[in-house]
Amino acid sequence: MMERAEAIAVRDLHKRFGPLEVLKGVSLTAHEGDVIAIIGGSGSGKSTLLRCINMLELPSAGSVTIHGETIAMKKDGHGGQLPSDRKQVQRIRSRLGMVFQSFNLWQHMTILENVIEAPVHVLGVRKDEAVDRAETLLRRVGLHEKRDAYPAFLSGGQQQRAAIARALAIQPHVMLFDEPTSALDPELVGEVLSVIGDLAKEKRTMILVTHEMKFARNVASHVVFLANGVIEEQGPPDELFGSPKSERLKKFISSIH
Amino acid sequence: MSDPTVAAMALTELPTKQSFFKPHRIVLMVIAAVLVFCIVWFMRWDWVPKYSGRLVYGVGVTLMLLFVTSILGFLLALPIGLVQVTGPWPLKMLAKGFCTIVRGTPLLLQLWLLYYGLGSLFPQFPEIRNSFLWPYLREAWPYGVAALTISFAAYEGEVMRGAFAGVPPGELEAARAYGMSPFTVFRRIWLPRAIHRALPTLNGETVLQLKATPLVATITVIDVYAVVSKVRQETYITYEPLLLLALIYLCLTALLVVGFRYFESRIPTRGA
Repeated sequence: MMERAEAIAVRDLHKRFGPLEVLKGVSLTAHEGDVIAIIGGSGSGKSTLLRCINMLELPSAGSVTIHGETIAMKKDGHGGQLPSDRKQVQRIRSRLGMVFQSFNLWQHMTILENVIEAPVHVLGVRKDEAVDRAETLLRRVGLHEKRDAYPAFLSGGQQQRAAIARALAIQPHVMLFDEPTSALDPELVGEVLSVIGDLAKEKRTMILVTHEMKFARNVASHVVFLANGVIEEQGPPDELFGSPKSERLKKFISSIH
Repeated sequence: MSDPTVAAMALTELPTKQSFFKPHRIVLMVIAAVLVFCIVWFMRWDWVPKYSGRLVYGVGVTLMLLFVTSILGFLLALPIGLVQVTGPWPLKMLAKGFCTIVRGTPLLLQLWLLYYGLGSLFPQFPEIRNSFLWPYLREAWPYGVAALTISFAAYEGEVMRGAFAGVPPGELEAARAYGMSPFTVFRRIWLPRAIHRALPTLNGETVLQLKATPLVATITVIDVYAVVSKVRQETYITYEPLLLLALIYLCLTALLVVGFRYFESRIPTRGA
């Protein structure tokens, strides 16, 4: 098999909140077309890891490389580090499609306006072009008839599907999902997972923080188990869920089933 | 909808056609009609044509004062509100101090301090008397505009502080996650979202501002209130001019409320 290009490479990432060290040296590589599921108990640092990739959380040490471009960092004088080039961070972010646990749709815009906002005002796409593409995406996630509705009038599942369309609209190199179904009522989880599953099938590069173990097992190409700020175990899903090696993972899996 | 909501809306929403002609409504309408008839028939209105030109002028001055001071005051309120949420502490303290002092003293006092205080200081400086500003500083209205603008800025600065702080952080984070620069986040997400949240409050505050404008009559600016006072002095008629004045302010308030309702309804909200 041909070696696929690196989409995201995280090297020796540390994150401290005051005296608390949440990430203690995590390294992770995602190649083009990988679907990486990050699992782990609460407080294991999985959301923090994801948020460090697009610098919503600033890593205290370590580097993040996206499509071969390493985010330049400088010392902040308090033992941590800061991005030294804000423009670079903005440019890299504009190609990472982030989906949040609490949707975070912009409430003063219609669904369509939400989807075209970043393409038009960040990437400089022409408005009619952005609208065309947004309509296609909304049709894909089954929300075309809701395009002129405001987010507050949609169910949680619909809002999250709209948020996925918003992330797809920037034609992202990588999609980042931060517990996309955790804020949903149980009966709405399925519709969101099926949209994410479709994206996985078309070999889109994705990193997914999730509590849905069955889903992770079905769609992920690679599963990472995070515990106490380090990667405890990783590998193909069947191996990881079928024959876990570490005690922690065994316990974690049995506690969920 | 909960019962208190329905009860509150009964005051602002017209009843449906069928329920319009209920007996109690008909009685009330008859009483109102009799009242209007009595006011028109038994009171003296013969002075109105003579003063109509001046009244229209006065309404114009009142409206000009309202719009100019509201718009200028609101533009000032944006930075005042913003620095209180994100600014460095010296600016924060400055904005807080400004709001506290202005909101803690009567508008009439501020107006007089500006007009009788500053206004009598200025002529002592030849530089000011010879400057291009002097023709304006000699007039009363700039002091009225200044006092009303400062007052509106202070009250709305507080309102906008709350509105800026109340925008959910997740929405701002999403904007940053999609690569927006801090200025784009402010222009596209934070500001419009904050204004949208603050609109109902701004509506009420603008109505209050309308009714603060007659204070400028105390420093010789001729607004609609000053015109009506003049009518009372010249004709010795007491109640009729005041009734007309009340009617004028009621109509202006209604126009303001309808205007704001239109803007509010452009973006429907639910829940929060």
